[in-house]
Amino acid sequence: MDKAIEVKGLRKCYKDTEVLKGVDFEVKRGEIFALLGANGAGKTTIVRILATLLKQDGGTAAVHGFDVASEPEKVRQAISLTGQFAAVDEILTGRENLVMIAKLRHLPNPRAVADELLNRFGLNDAANRKASTYSGGMRRRLDIAMSLIGSPQLIFLDEPTTGLDPEARIETWKLVKGLADGGTTVFLTTQYLDEAEQLADQIAILHKGTIIANGTLEELKKLFPPAKKEYVEKQPSLEEIFLAIIGYKEGA
Amino acid sequence: MNEHFFSDMSVMLGRSMRHIMRSMDTIITVCITPIAMLLLFVYVLGGAIQAGTDNYVNYLLPGILLMAIASGISYTAYRLFQDKQRGIIERFHSMPIARSAVLWGHVLTSLVSNALSVVVIILVALIMGFRSSAGILEWLAVAGILMLFTLALTWVAAIAGLAANSMEGATAFSYPLIFLPFISSAFVPTESMPAVVRAFAENQPVTSIVEAIRALLSTQPVGDEIWVALAWCLGILVVAYFFAVRAYKKGN
Repeated sequence: MDKAIEVKGLRKCYKDTEVLKGVDFEVKRGEIFALLGANGAGKTTIVRILATLLKQDGGTAAVHGFDVASEPEKVRQAISLTGQFAAVDEILTGRENLVMIAKLRHLPNPRAVADELLNRFGLNDAANRKASTYSGGMRRRLDIAMSLIGSPQLIFLDEPTTGLDPEARIETWKLVKGLADGGTTVFLTTQYLDEAEQLADQIAILHKGTIIANGTLEELKKLFPPAKKEYVEKQPSLEEIFLAIIGYKEGA
Repeated sequence: MNEHFFSDMSVMLGRSMRHIMRSMDTIITVCITPIAMLLLFVYVLGGAIQAGTDNYVNYLLPGILLMAIASGISYTAYRLFQDKQRGIIERFHSMPIARSAVLWGHVLTSLVSNALSVVVIILVALIMGFRSSAGILEWLAVAGILMLFTLALTWVAAIAGLAANSMEGATAFSYPLIFLPFISSAFVPTESMPAVVRAFAENQPVTSIVEAIRALLSTQPVGDEIWVALAWCLGILVVAYFFAVRAYKKGN
């Protein structure tokens, strides 16, 4: 079985509004799958259904072969959710947050797990500070570190870089790539085209409740007429200028 | 019931107890304010109050304890609302844990923290001249009534915390509860009140609970008051539990 997620004819209504009108897609194990769509397209609704937080009105969704509606317990064993707003406990310190999740995953040595992750995510210096004092990027790092506890095979990242500054954004991208390199399947939603382009093996575009395009970046590019060669002077983007001025080195 | 229910719940308890101990605001409201009321009524107003007793601290203490609990449970609503708002509940619910442990953790925290503030207030009252002839059995009965009262109001708070759309809405319900002891026999005997107010005061739950505790602490016959008090607590408990669990399940 090489499918991490299998979604068929997924439907969901909120009161009279039909948010999902028959969504189909598959995610292979070990790949980074990006669900691209505008605000309100229904991305979070799909994530919540797959993470067993919401019941669909029609269609089926399976995670690692387990149906999300009938076997939610087994699905939860395999997944980890990093929601849209870094859901860290602000009153606890970074270390306490990690220890808490390790205890809830019933791991044998919660403190060692926390120490290892603090190291790996560069949060050692801030380990004993309340999470409310963290910057946006640090919060996101802590958030993702919490999601990694218990080595879930599939991680949902719902708009992981929304609201982050460019530096923290690149930092998060590196993290996501690192996860996939380690064999974890990553399902991410984003409204940024460049994010999908940078990270994803497979991209699906959700528009008005259905998937209107699905494939690798190469496949999606073929849907458009071949690129015409034109010579233009390349202007640096504002993001590149910003990063150059503050001396941020990619790969540093 | 999930095999990890109790260990998960104790993690939740540890988490919210940390929240309480790190919040000066909570400690001031649930401990210092009732003690200030005690001081105010005994040393400022007490001289002019005709309660028909030579020890006004003895007379006043049960009502002050109920006020402390009523203000304490509003923080349960506050914490639940915050967890809901910040996505913490969703994070927990997407993990393979006993889901009900999240809610029960808050309830248990309420019991433990209110018990602590009650003990502190009784110690202060002892310094102020509170004396009781009650034996172990009477004290156990008092503890039982207070726990039942706390539990009943905690489930009321859970409804507010889970169903509210704003922080104000989540905590506003507790103001009338904190005010209720004033229109009861907690501060002055009901005989001194005008007929309509007196009718209300004598038939609302606080009066019967206060009278029952007062009788137990002074080893007077408790009469029917204790059954009326227990009926009120159990009735509120059952109804509030039903609606709170419904609100909790609806949120998922």
